[in-house]
Amino acid sequence: MWRALFDWVDSRLQIAPVLAFLRHKQVPVHRHFYWYYLGGITLFLFAIQVATGILLLLYYKPTAEAAFESVQYIITKVPFGWLVRSTHSWAANLMIFTAFLHLFSVFFLKSYRPPREMTWMSGMVLLFLAMGFGFSGYLLPWNELAFFATKVGTDITGAVPLVGGFMKTFLRGGEDVTGTTLTRFFGIHVAVLPMIFTSLLVAHLLMVQRQGMSTPFTSEGHTVPTPSREMPFFPNFFLREAVLWLGTLALLLYLSIFLPWELGVKVDPFASAPAGIRPEWFFTFMSQSLKYIPGTVLGMDGEVLGILGFGAGGAFLLLVPFLDWWAGKGRRHPFFTWAGIGIIAFMLTMITLAYVKPY
Amino acid sequence: MEGRPTGGTGARSAPGRRGFIELILGGGLLTLLGSMLYSVVRYVIPPKVADAGLASVVAGKVKDFALNSGKIFRFGNRPGILVRTQGGEFRAFSAICTHLNCTVQYRSDLEHIWCACHNGHFDLVGKNIAGPPPRPLDPLEVVVRGEDVVVSKKA
Repeated sequence: MWRALFDWVDSRLQIAPVLAFLRHKQVPVHRHFYWYYLGGITLFLFAIQVATGILLLLYYKPTAEAAFESVQYIITKVPFGWLVRSTHSWAANLMIFTAFLHLFSVFFLKSYRPPREMTWMSGMVLLFLAMGFGFSGYLLPWNELAFFATKVGTDITGAVPLVGGFMKTFLRGGEDVTGTTLTRFFGIHVAVLPMIFTSLLVAHLLMVQRQGMSTPFTSEGHTVPTPSREMPFFPNFFLREAVLWLGTLALLLYLSIFLPWELGVKVDPFASAPAGIRPEWFFTFMSQSLKYIPGTVLGMDGEVLGILGFGAGGAFLLLVPFLDWWAGKGRRHPFFTWAGIGIIAFMLTMITLAYVKPY
Repeated sequence: MEGRPTGGTGARSAPGRRGFIELILGGGLLTLLGSMLYSVVRYVIPPKVADAGLASVVAGKVKDFALNSGKIFRFGNRPGILVRTQGGEFRAFSAICTHLNCTVQYRSDLEHIWCACHNGHFDLVGKNIAGPPPRPLDPLEVVVRGEDVVVSKKA
């Protein structure tokens, strides 16, 4: 009966070649092979975000008057609401974390070299969008920490040359961060970003399928030859990935249950920013470094200089396939390896300082 | 390519007409897209809220303020900060940090104004003295009228 159903669908949509492709898809096996799992884990966490996000939508109310109370209602009254909300917050953070690991593993293995420039760039944009998800979602519970984080974050966009003023007013929905901002962020978080993110994610995955997995230099025989072993994607690689997904799920549930995400204090627009305030950890490397840049540097506003610096860092990562033309020739230029190490060291130092010695 | 009457190097008479049609169609399409984009851009920027023209506000009673203390008060839609110095004098400023918009606070241990977001410091005349803020806080006028501490915009 399944056969008949399959034939019926196949005669209309010709899916047999796709299945044949998946059956024959091979994953190269070498000593850096384990990094291949990270993209899949990030994808799994994104799926969790979609599922828990839809569940949160059933009770969440995106207005300044009701948002905080509705999240409070979800976590105190709705059966398993605490779990859904906590899982959504934790999975968001884990997803950004695994996305960063994925990024740096691909960076150091130089898998961005031709012909995978577009795959790399789509991945970078996906990471920026994921950070946009984090930024917009952070405000939705309408608590004090998020309120000031949003004030700061949107004010930073205001310092971007030319379009800054427009961007700031557009994001805030006015001059200041108010209930209008909350409603906008809600729309961005649940409609605009998911639409763009999902389309780009599909493109990213299709490119990976089309081009196959990249193998690092060492296993392409340039320096250290390694045996060119392969493993079928399905079921061998897939099942291994599935075990990691289960492990990720276990970790996620552990964190959600034993370290439930806090709701914090409701926004009071007429309260001072509390001491020790900081944004989500993946923005702290920026917020912490902004503390060290003086008000004016060489006649320029310090914050503008900081923003230009971060912009340059982001642009470097985005465009690295075109800057590192040595990689395309199978050569490992030390500048790019050290730049990657420098970026990681900078981020880790600033993140640690933000938690250990914020002032 | 030969034999294809495209706007480029094809047959002699066709490009003129074809080019004209392409111009009209392309131009029309661009105008349509432009007008749609224009209205969307206008739509996403909300209309300006009329300034209530707030002249002054009573920030509190004199007896409520201890020496070396500060308080955030509502000045129209924005927060203001009122400080009573060690010497008993009242000073008021906009409480919006000139760095990145956070709301500042008075630190009695430091005897000056501080912003928790990026460690900005302002002295008791609102001047940025340490940390990243690029400008002083906007000053407000304070007058004590009987028991009331009245804050108004600087003239």
